Amino acid sequence: MKILVCISKAPDTTTKITFKDNDTHFNKDGVQFIINPYDEWYALVRGLELKEAAGSGSVTVINVGTAENDPVIRKALAIGADDAVRIDSEDKDPFNVAKQIADYAKDKGYDMILTGKETIDYNGSQIGGMIAEFLNLPYISQASKLDVNGNIATVIRDIQGGKEVLEVEGAFVLGAAKGMAEARIPNMRGIMAARTKPLNVVPSTAGEDLTEIKSYSLPPAKAACKYVSADNPGELLDLLKNEAKVL
Amino acid sequence: MSVLIYADSYNKKLTKTAYEAVTYGLKTASILGTQATVIVTGECENIADLGEYGANKVLHVNKPELNHSEPQLTAFAISEAANKEGSNVIVMAHDHSGKGILPRLAVRLNAGSVPGAVELPKNEGGFSVKKSVFSGKAFAQVEIKSDKKIVSFLPNTIPAEKVGGSAQVENFEVSLPSINVKVKEVKKESTKLSLTEADIVVSAGRGLKGPENWGMIEELANELGAATACSRPVADIGWRPHHEHVGQTGVTVRPNLYIAIGISGAIQHLAGVNGSKVMVVINTDPEAPFFKAADYGIVGDAFEVVPKLIEAVKAFKAANN
Ligand SMILES: Cc1cc2nc3c(=O)[nH]c(=O)nc-3n(C[C@H](O)[C@H](O)[C@H](O)COP(=O)(O)OP(=O)(O)OC[C@H]3O[C@@H](n4cnc5c(N)ncnc54)[C@H](O)[C@@H]3O)c2cc1C
Ligand SMILES: Nc1ncnc2c1ncn2[C@@H]1O[C@H](COP(=O)(O)O)[C@@H](O)[C@H]1O
Repeated sequence: MKILVCISKAPDTTTKITFKDNDTHFNKDGVQFIINPYDEWYALVRGLELKEAAGSGSVTVINVGTAENDPVIRKALAIGADDAVRIDSEDKDPFNVAKQIADYAKDKGYDMILTGKETIDYNGSQIGGMIAEFLNLPYISQASKLDVNGNIATVIRDIQGGKEVLEVEGAFVLGAAKGMAEARIPNMRGIMAARTKPLNVVPSTAGEDLTEIKSYSLPPAKAACKYVSADNPGELLDLLKNEAKVL
Repeated sequence: MSVLIYADSYNKKLTKTAYEAVTYGLKTASILGTQATVIVTGECENIADLGEYGANKVLHVNKPELNHSEPQLTAFAISEAANKEGSNVIVMAHDHSGKGILPRLAVRLNAGSVPGAVELPKNEGGFSVKKSVFSGKAFAQVEIKSDKKIVSFLPNTIPAEKVGGSAQVENFEVSLPSINVKVKEVKKESTKLSLTEADIVVSAGRGLKGPENWGMIEELANELGAATACSRPVADIGWRPHHEHVGQTGVTVRPNLYIAIGISGAIQHLAGVNGSKVMVVINTDPEAPFFKAADYGIVGDAFEVVPKLIEAVKAFKAANN
């Protein structure tokens, strides 16, 4: 089984978000970076489980980014990926990120391309679907379960207030959500092995960016919390109706 | 220049976000000084209702293959409609359907896209849209530079507006490609209100001590017409189903009212809920970080406060009916 897992780098979930250069860039000073949780906990681990169950095959991780992403890519190798590819390009425009992954994957015969359902920094939930359309493959967004039997994959997709059970024939792209696997912690052997596993850097095939982030902003500061006595919840309802106007 | 609006349907009925899409799309068209067309895919019984929300022209791709808003086919149908109508701005909701459709459509149309808009687009010195980033901790103003543009808005960004009128519904024929995906089964969790569509969400955390104590949470939600949610540890230990888990690694919600009971307010939890218009926090610990994000707070024991609150809601409803 030949599996490609797309990983992106994201600021640790506890990061306090600040900006620089007149609010035009994210301030990376002192920020700890991790593998985007959906990519690591669900896409990568499920990919490894499927390879292990099949008893043969490979799991390759791919990232579009600069050399500053290499430590995060090595962590994916420590968790168990066989090798890694980094397309040497800034990942500014999602369309270009997807196009480059599709260009790389198109003639390599992957049985599946796994992505996370979304990144926790850009929150696009779009790169997996774009790769799928470039390659004319099915894309299962928000997938919470994936089983493979020969040429047929059975996938559960979360939908509004429920689930859909889907059957997919042949190669596909998937956006992994919670439920698909349990996170794995890399062990010492994995970390040692990761140092010598191949991390191939390939040149960018990026075209013109279709979008550009012009500026960032933070939500307006909240007014102080208004306290209501625990003995009189009725007062809360009055405030919600007459002051906040949400009832 | 014209706008094409995708109105989602489920079980042959338009969804709540379909009406929001019409309002968002019509307002976008007026910012651009142009017309809008709506497209509905799959069998749908109440298309005519879109007229009341101001839709003039509706294209209907009336095919049962599209009843599940299968993204590959739906994106294909929308791109055909966009080409026919000469639409260069396409609008849809950033909900479960939109997340499958938008990226495919972007590639089909060679369009720059902004998923998760929190405001109407701006058309001053370039077309740009404000979107939520860092899981609700910040916003980015994103310019779309390509000729064709796709915008999906977060549900509950702009309330659907009834403006009156009637829609002219045209059948739109599309010959769909064959695909390798089959829907085997659809499981609705229950007839309960879906979390992302609810106006009010009642959410509880580890402070509730055990799954057996969720009766009062459900009763409160029921009385308020709210959906129920929970913090991540509660879903992880199996007290509540996974689909109720909100936060940075769970569902993002932005209801009008979010009531958090026995939840500490960790940064990862807040990331998924701080788009809510008003937040109420009930917690025994006056130092709980959630109070810093809250609009209204009750410092107290959930096991005493919630039953009282349920009684108060009942009285409130009786008095306001
Ligand atoms: C990478 C990562 C991602 C994460 N993603 C998420 C996420 O998406 N969503 C999420 O929720 N968490 C997430 N977390 C976990 C998060 O950090 C917190 O651990 C979690 O939100 C805490 O859940 P809680 O508030 O229910 O429990 P606790 O932190 O245990 O808080 C319980 C609260 O209940 C109060 N309490 C106790 N008894 C009562 C009572 N009788 N009445 C009223 N109040 C009472 C306590 O004072 C306390 O404030 C993530 C963590 C990491 C590391
Ligand atoms: N720069 C990148 N390189 C490789 N994969 C990426 C990159 N950015 C995003 N992805 C993948 O695409 C998924 C969705 O990203 P997004 O559309 O930005 O929410 C992520 O969960 C990753 O699996």
